[in-house]
Amino acid sequence: MDLVVLLAIQVLYAVASLALISVGLAIIFGMMRVINLAHGEFLMLGGYAAIVATSHGISIWVSMLVVAPIVVGVIGIVVERTIIRFLYGRMIDTMLATWGLSLFLVGLTTAIFGNTTVGISAPLGSFEIGAYRTSAYTLFVIGIAVVVLGAIFAGLRWTRVGLIARGTMQNANMAAALGVNPPRVYAITFGIGAALSGLAGAVLAPVSGVFPTIGVAYIAKAFITVIGGGAAILSGTVSASALFGTINQIATFVTTPVFGEVALLGAAIILIRLLPQGITGRFFRRGL
Amino acid sequence: MNGRSLNLLGLAVVAVVGLTFMFLTPRVVDLDTVLELTIYMIMAILALSLALVWGYGGILCFGQSAFFGLGAYTYAIAMFNMGESTLPVLVAIILPAAFAALLGYFMFYGRISDVYLGVITLTVTLILFNSVNSTAGPEFHIGAARLGGFNGIPGIPPLNWPFNKKAAIDLEAMFYLSTGSLLLTYFGLRLLLASQFGHIIVGIRENERRAELLGYDPRVYKLATFTIGGALAGFAGCLFANWGAFVSPTIFGLAQSAQIIIWVIVGGRGTLIGPVIGCIGIQWLSALLGANQPSGSDLWSKIFANAPLILGVILIAFVLLVPKGLVPTAADIAAFFLRRRRREQRGFEPQQAE
Repeated sequence: MDLVVLLAIQVLYAVASLALISVGLAIIFGMMRVINLAHGEFLMLGGYAAIVATSHGISIWVSMLVVAPIVVGVIGIVVERTIIRFLYGRMIDTMLATWGLSLFLVGLTTAIFGNTTVGISAPLGSFEIGAYRTSAYTLFVIGIAVVVLGAIFAGLRWTRVGLIARGTMQNANMAAALGVNPPRVYAITFGIGAALSGLAGAVLAPVSGVFPTIGVAYIAKAFITVIGGGAAILSGTVSASALFGTINQIATFVTTPVFGEVALLGAAIILIRLLPQGITGRFFRRGL
Repeated sequence: MNGRSLNLLGLAVVAVVGLTFMFLTPRVVDLDTVLELTIYMIMAILALSLALVWGYGGILCFGQSAFFGLGAYTYAIAMFNMGESTLPVLVAIILPAAFAALLGYFMFYGRISDVYLGVITLTVTLILFNSVNSTAGPEFHIGAARLGGFNGIPGIPPLNWPFNKKAAIDLEAMFYLSTGSLLLTYFGLRLLLASQFGHIIVGIRENERRAELLGYDPRVYKLATFTIGGALAGFAGCLFANWGAFVSPTIFGLAQSAQIIIWVIVGGRGTLIGPVIGCIGIQWLSALLGANQPSGSDLWSKIFANAPLILGVILIAFVLLVPKGLVPTAADIAAFFLRRRRREQRGFEPQQAE
């Protein structure tokens, strides 16, 4: 029984972290049809921002939840203004340019921070489930994922900004005719997507440590989650994370973490063969 | 001069330059340089494989290094188990081709779009990297070959003359083999692209729906192109494993995949000579920046000898400023000046309807 509870928490944690690392990418892709291959590096920068802020005496919670998203959000807006905006409508070129950006950021952080892993210890300690102990931080990550997804839902569904965003997403020309300024919406969207990536990177930093090439560890999972989810931002991310996270965690439990990831990829390729439009291309089509 | 004779002239120039380079180089430069040039030739074969798949087939493959790495690993593992290189070379071509065919089946028959294709091929590469990276323990072995995980496989036996185990080839012969293979690959691909098959895959790249309505099944043609690309990359990987007698999982890494893409972008999509030039140029540049570091300069090693940083800047700059690549852009400029000169010679030229 204890084992079942523990496994359930592990599965929930896998789903939550998958949702956290993918949601920034999903927003940028869903709203702007831009595939951001530098996504992993945004997560990495979030981790570094949190660690640098903590080492300057800022409380770990503030560094993770406030400093990291702001820093990476600003970087995101700068990137959008200097690179991405010249490439709208040229999906493949944006992919290539953001890949270049990803290499550049890896090189830059290596030059600044060196090629070593830095870490911060996870706060909150651990708690017991019967005979097992697990980190309380796990529950915090699950909580953050729920809050972030809830906030995105509320923001898109009930606020004026969300309405404008959804309108631009559906038909940018029509929105422009009604007085919206799509380039500004895109810049802000890219910033928000980057900020959420920074938050996710910071929240996961105590678990995994941070090093310049950590983006690689995230990016594959984030991409297949977004592609597996399909066009709808929220329901896509949630359903794909739930599916892939569960498969990953159960395969990890049965074999090793590496083969958990292989199982995740295998499931994703089969899913895309069966549902080329992603889960939300077939189900939950009216979701956000 | 019309297009056809210009084309033949180009081929003749490549053949003459290529053959001269191949037979003259070992006679005029020292063995170190020959060894260095050999790796350029091997990588140029890899660049050609992506030039076919992406430049002509229009298939955005971000994971060409997956097939390259598979070829290298397959050769290494087969070599340790067999000890005679004829069969391992064949297996190192067939296995990556089969893997490409399987992956291609899922992608092309799932009819996923270009962009997803890029992401999936990239993901496959990363997963291969992670899986092979974690096989360090002694329990991971295939026959007599230990996979070695992140340590890689050292001491891979060299190629030998077919069916003659004793006659291992030396460094100079390796150079002839690599350069010869590059020339053969180049002319083979030119031949392939001049055939009906070549015209059809370019037609599909230009307009898939139209090609389909004309009765060609794009899925079959794309799958065939992708498989040929996988086989070529696998062959390059096999040569690479020979060259350094060593493979490690970084061969599957993101930096390797990015490099191949950068060669093709810099050289130009839709040409074969461009990616070869891009490949050799970029590698030469990286070697130069790494080697010419002033002693004691920390900043230099942080910035100029920092491969990801430099490659990233090159990639961004080319996508934003020279999206067509060097060779097509140079051809455009040459054509512009040629037209202007003709116009000046005639004094007056009626405006042509576009």
